[in-house]
Amino acid sequence: MKPPKILLIHAHPHPRKSKLNNRLLKAVADLEHVTVKQLYELYPDFQIDVEKEQQALLTHDLIIFQHPMYWYSAPAMLKEWQDCVLEHGFAYGENGTALTGKHFLSVVTAGSEKTSYDPIGRNRFTTEQLLAPFEQTAGLCNMLWQAPRIIYGAFKIDSKTLDQHCADYRHTLQHYTIETEQ
Amino acid sequence: MEEPSLLLSVFIYLLAAVVAVPIAKKLGLGAVLGYLLAGIIIGPWVLGLINEASHVMHFAEFGVVMLLFLIGLELNPSKLWEMRKPIIGQGGLQVLLSGLIITGIALLLGLRWQYAVVSGMALALSSTAIVLQIMNEKNLMPTPSGKSGFSILLFQDIAVIPMLAILPLLSVTGVGGESEGIVGVLKALVALALIYFAGKYLLPPTFRYIAATRMREVFTAFTLLLVVGVAVLMGAVGLSMALGTFMVGVLLSESEYRHELETNIEPFKGLLLGLFFISVGMTVNFGLLKNSPLLIMCLVTGLIAIKALVLYAIAVKSKLPSAERLSFSILLSQGGEFAFVLLSTAMSTGAIDEGTSGILTLVVALSMLTTPLLIVLIERYFTHPETASEKPEMDVPNEHNEVIIAGFGRVGQIVARMIGARNIGATVLDHNPEHIERIRKFGFKAYYGDATRMDLLETAGIAEAKILVIALDGNDQAVELAHEVSRKYPTIKILSRAWDVVHAIELMKAGVELPQRETMYSSLKIAEDVLKNLGYGAYEARQITAKFERHDHEILHGLYNAETMEDRISIGRDLRGKFEAQMKSDADYREKTEPDWS
Repeated sequence: MKPPKILLIHAHPHPRKSKLNNRLLKAVADLEHVTVKQLYELYPDFQIDVEKEQQALLTHDLIIFQHPMYWYSAPAMLKEWQDCVLEHGFAYGENGTALTGKHFLSVVTAGSEKTSYDPIGRNRFTTEQLLAPFEQTAGLCNMLWQAPRIIYGAFKIDSKTLDQHCADYRHTLQHYTIETEQ
Repeated sequence: MEEPSLLLSVFIYLLAAVVAVPIAKKLGLGAVLGYLLAGIIIGPWVLGLINEASHVMHFAEFGVVMLLFLIGLELNPSKLWEMRKPIIGQGGLQVLLSGLIITGIALLLGLRWQYAVVSGMALALSSTAIVLQIMNEKNLMPTPSGKSGFSILLFQDIAVIPMLAILPLLSVTGVGGESEGIVGVLKALVALALIYFAGKYLLPPTFRYIAATRMREVFTAFTLLLVVGVAVLMGAVGLSMALGTFMVGVLLSESEYRHELETNIEPFKGLLLGLFFISVGMTVNFGLLKNSPLLIMCLVTGLIAIKALVLYAIAVKSKLPSAERLSFSILLSQGGEFAFVLLSTAMSTGAIDEGTSGILTLVVALSMLTTPLLIVLIERYFTHPETASEKPEMDVPNEHNEVIIAGFGRVGQIVARMIGARNIGATVLDHNPEHIERIRKFGFKAYYGDATRMDLLETAGIAEAKILVIALDGNDQAVELAHEVSRKYPTIKILSRAWDVVHAIELMKAGVELPQRETMYSSLKIAEDVLKNLGYGAYEARQITAKFERHDHEILHGLYNAETMEDRISIGRDLRGKFEAQMKSDADYREKTEPDWS
């Protein structure tokens, strides 16, 4: 069976200083069926090539948003990308069926531990709650929301755990399947 | 009284113009009336400084020829073709109606039918010189009534040709020269064809050749040669000189040298027209007026009334804005210089007698005097300033471009290309002929001309433009231009390329708010690329560049505000030092303290 084509939208403004997120990216970037779009590298002026991005969406089956948690959301560029690329008539609304049936996966790295993302923790909300806008965006675009992959504790992560995360991530993407109705 | 020498005559004419015109303008009477009054004053009936006006008038009629050339330059063939309806419709109606009514009245007054027809033809025509001069002065050309007026004048210019042709047939005495018939028509057609082909195929390379010498006076000489040559040719085949030069003007209207031509001919036209008005003032025969003042007054009033009524009817019929109708009717209500030509020719062919011709000449001259006066009166008492000034702008799209680009080298080209891609029209001026030729091949419209010349910029429409882009090679020229434009047109926005910091500061002092140093952005881009190739993220590199850019901007403004050279040096050093220190500590800080998670 042919593996599904994966579009990895990556948003990190300072890749030079990112250990975890960048390592995760490197762990999967060389996979043949994965296309990586590093938004901050492609569009340093925030001038997104909407048509090109939409074309990329059309030719892939799984869409991944990979980004660090910035202020309980994604870095600004990813929001700009959503605003510009997920147009009415393309992604949603009348005739907006371009993304129907595609899978959507959030891959998020967070600095603090999982325990802080809890009603009684420092951050008061769970990551699942905080990712609600993404879940609903995927929903409105008729994409199938997958359980998000969240890696906590980036501040204090040791290299062994880091390697493990990378291997897991690579394995997941390598063996990702999308059941097609027959 | 003996006629003064040529030089003394010139002195008298110039002095009269220099004294009378500013006074007339100050009194709100307009330049035309100033010239006319000057003519009356130096003429035989007041001071008697110069008594023989007719030969001067002949010479000065050349001003009208040049005026038509300039008007032709403003009209390209397609615009002219668009005007065919008003030219034939309104122009034809005006000449026909006015001519018939005047002929009818002349018959009623007991003139011979031949004389009556000559009077009708001569008096139906208006004065191109006076009307266009007033329209230019009041900037009426782009208004609906201005366009109608111009169409009618154009028709009249063409109508003169058949009128002159039938004069021999109206001969009472039989002195009329034998008509040239077919041969004459053929000659005229050959001359027109010659002008057409020369204008289309011969002139453009010649202009390029002459312009390449970069000698302004040779270019001017060639322009004059062209106008005079065409006039001579047209005269030789018995056609209207004004019509011929008008045709050449139209043919050259799409040439890249258009603005340069305009600028070169403009002063000659202005002076000759002035001279023409002066000579009209001088020919007013006050002796005749004194003998039969009542008759003359009635004739003048009647002429103006008839023509104005016909024009008003045309204005209503062609739905001119109601606010413009009255001034439109008065504007063309006078007799014109062609009346002088027709009457003198008619006299020589015996189609009219001397007495009638003398009276009619006086009536025409007096009617020419009334127009500027009546226009002043109308403006004062009949127009509401708001409706008069706002209406035309709503009716007429401004055909002039909002952007003028001075200099079409590497900088100007990029600017023009980008704004051109947005369909924003720009008038481009450059003084390098080869440059322009090459650029035209790529479909850009650039005009030949020294963009540092204010008069050239004015013909290019700087008074109405919103933005001037200075992309000149010469640093001093750029500063000088910025200085002049910002002083004369303080509302226009000047954007300019600068050579370096020193030049940028000079430009800022000359009124350019934010000059762009030409090497600035390419250098910043290279620095940004350096960062990226050293492993900085594209976005991060962009941020650092933007920060540097802002700071550099601050330095520039600091230097601009510095009073003395020493101030400048120390301010520059301070700011630069501070900035670099800050950037460094910023970088260090980030490297050391920023968490490298995520």
